[in-house]
Amino acid sequence: MKRFAQLLELLALTPSRTRKLAALTQYFREIPDPDRGFALAVLTGALTFRNVKPALLKDIVLREVDPTLFAMSYDYVGDLGETIALIWPHHGQQSDLPSLTDLIELFNMTSKAELPKLIAALLTQAGINERWAVVKLATGALRIGVSARLAKTALADMSGKDLQEIEEVWHGLKVPYLDLFAWLDGKAERPHVDQSARFHPLMLSNPIDEEKDLGRFDPKDFSAEWKWDGIRVQLVLGDGTVSLFSRTGDDIANAFPDIVENAQGVAVLDGELLVGKDFEPGSFNDLQQRLNKKVASAKHLKDSPAFIRVYDILFDGREDVRTLEWTERRRRLEAWLKANPQTRLDISEVLPFADWDDLAAQRRQGADEHGHEGVMIKLRGSPYVPGRPKGYWFKWKRDPNVVDAVLMYAQRGHGKRSSFYSDYTFGVWKGNEIVPIGKAYFGFTDEELKLLDKWIRANTLQAFGPVREVKKELVFEVAFDSAQESTRHKSGVALRFPRISRIRWDKPASEAATLADMAVFVAAS
Amino acid sequence: MATQVLDRNLHIRAIDAYIDPSVPRERAIITHGHADHARSGHGSVLATPDTIAIMKVRYGEDCAGRFEALDFGVPLKIDDVTITFFPAGHVLGSAQVLVESQGQRVVVTGDYKRLPDRTSQPYELVKCDLLVTEATFGLPVFQHPHPKLEIARLLKSVADQPERSHLVGSYALGKAQRVIGLLRDAGWDAPIYLHGAMIRLCELYEELGVPLGDLRPATGTVKAEMAGQIVIAPPSAIRDRWSRRFPDPVVCQASGWMSVKQRARQALVELPLVISDHCDWSELQQTIHETEAKSVWVTHGREDALVYWCRTQGLQAEPLNIQSFEDDGGEGAEE
Repeated sequence: MKRFAQLLELLALTPSRTRKLAALTQYFREIPDPDRGFALAVLTGALTFRNVKPALLKDIVLREVDPTLFAMSYDYVGDLGETIALIWPHHGQQSDLPSLTDLIELFNMTSKAELPKLIAALLTQAGINERWAVVKLATGALRIGVSARLAKTALADMSGKDLQEIEEVWHGLKVPYLDLFAWLDGKAERPHVDQSARFHPLMLSNPIDEEKDLGRFDPKDFSAEWKWDGIRVQLVLGDGTVSLFSRTGDDIANAFPDIVENAQGVAVLDGELLVGKDFEPGSFNDLQQRLNKKVASAKHLKDSPAFIRVYDILFDGREDVRTLEWTERRRRLEAWLKANPQTRLDISEVLPFADWDDLAAQRRQGADEHGHEGVMIKLRGSPYVPGRPKGYWFKWKRDPNVVDAVLMYAQRGHGKRSSFYSDYTFGVWKGNEIVPIGKAYFGFTDEELKLLDKWIRANTLQAFGPVREVKKELVFEVAFDSAQESTRHKSGVALRFPRISRIRWDKPASEAATLADMAVFVAAS
Repeated sequence: MATQVLDRNLHIRAIDAYIDPSVPRERAIITHGHADHARSGHGSVLATPDTIAIMKVRYGEDCAGRFEALDFGVPLKIDDVTITFFPAGHVLGSAQVLVESQGQRVVVTGDYKRLPDRTSQPYELVKCDLLVTEATFGLPVFQHPHPKLEIARLLKSVADQPERSHLVGSYALGKAQRVIGLLRDAGWDAPIYLHGAMIRLCELYEELGVPLGDLRPATGTVKAEMAGQIVIAPPSAIRDRWSRRFPDPVVCQASGWMSVKQRARQALVELPLVISDHCDWSELQQTIHETEAKSVWVTHGREDALVYWCRTQGLQAEPLNIQSFEDDGGEGAEE
């Protein structure tokens, strides 16, 4: 347990991704089975205890600590787990705690009535850092800045295996992953998992390079569709089982019962999750509202029904069709939808086009009249390949909108950039004041970053912790995909994918955009 | 009763003297040199010789109209009031003030710690009727580990990552010298590098008889040669531009606040070192019991929790709510 506690602490406090990866890799290499497998389960959130809950831990502490003092302490610390770890008043002979494996076994085997005694004994026996780790383990809320993806990347680094290969089998594996580690160590074959009933890593697109690509591509070899502004999902339909995965493989089925309850058939489908009535997509904001809820409310289900606009099929029934060409998969998809009538699925229509100029015109028109993000271009002969293979799928986004905005606040970055002001809030004129419309990170050369950092320090009006308010004098050219109404911002406008395209050292702030200028962009989306 | 000796602004009415006043006063008694206790501009200052030396270095030779030095343990009688200083163990020269008048004993602790520290005179317990205690770490979540363990963690990190330099954020008065002293005790004989803001006070400590070993300015060093070295700097400098001159620095911070990991994370501290110059929760409780005080006033910190606890012990207790100006970046005054 000591070693695992050290790992958690290092992960929590190291801002550098590279260093986190190195620590994880080293841990998985040095620690034997099954401890490392249980650690992997904890880090990827695959482990929960039926009877060990935050409320139970709080009860245990309140038997030992005055409730008023506990409340004052919790108020100060702000994190329940950490408060418990810090406030625990008994410190016994600090001997080694059980191994991670034994500890998890103890949590699972101990009856509800006996758990408080067990946990109290562990807290007393532990040193401060292990106590923190035990509480984190028991409450399940790690908050240490490690994603499941990062943990899997460490497995790939450790073994020299491809991350994609690990992702392929991941969702069919069981804790503590003995077969996975045996394969990673080169001692066994890759674990066999039922290929149809689990998450399959998605095929992603590359941005098109108009000058280079369009000149050499024959339009006849490609098919086009609108690029939908929802979230990418994978719908896995088994016999009576339905899973809905996000692009990273998180199961989001609970938030979308309207889809889960109405889907039927057996297949693995790829598409875009959207909300809106009668298959008419609403704004991304509406979708965001539903995504923010772990469980959908009745009002959401009624006002913002969800549907999936499907555009590919990975398994037709139980048959893996990923190696077939896109044209054949498209035919299979259309046939499958015909054979399995759906109320919450429709198909992403194919856009006929004569040549690239024609498609460019449609793309522009779609952006102006319907707010489409752009078009997707897919090679007709392409198989379905996980990851971001070159030469198959392309996104051709509409030209970004740009606006000249004024820098308002600057904040320090993280990790390598923690000494630089590299995160910016900018705004536009509303009468005589500047109101914020968005926030973006710096995306330029180190040289420019240094200049900007210097300007911010020299023009600070006041500092609030890591944030500085600056003189409203520096103009940024900000590019963004679209603008939407927002009640969250004082300006009433929110930008999608804002990025700073240029620093306009030359431009006076008085010539920056106004809120009225923004209305045009909002109307277009 | 006791309130006739001292009022809630720490004003000794009989002799019109204030203890650690936050605005300029004609007559001030200063417990120690930190900015939230010692300010410039008083008419006269009564303090220990070390505290006077520290004030002169920080604020200038003429930062008070007049200085009167009083050694530890020597009673000074002014009219009907007797003032005696006892070591508080917080920083060099830090004193608790015993005020005796009309048969009452009142102790104002200033900031204090109970653990031995070779850069400060060791704390002495003073029995009293009314105790005015600080409560910087007055919550039961504060249970300071032994500083030796924390320094061992620092040295292990230095050994494990010889290609990086370690930047230890420490307040310039007290904490910096304490960390240096702890490093020397742990056998770290190599040069320790100092941010400019640290140099003068370290020199003063040495002049006042606290040896700190080989100290060098960090400014003007060659980046590559700083790998594996330890640098002491103010907390505000360790994440700022100043830190860019060191190779891939490990940001450390030595402070009692560092026990809360989420706080350390938010402050981008990679190696938090829980080294405090204040009592932790159990030491505050221990002190209140041992002084045998019947009344307790609580100031400077988390007054509410300690006042609440005193009352559960059957003691009279009240918060003072003296305005304190927080010095460097929010989380508490210098400590």
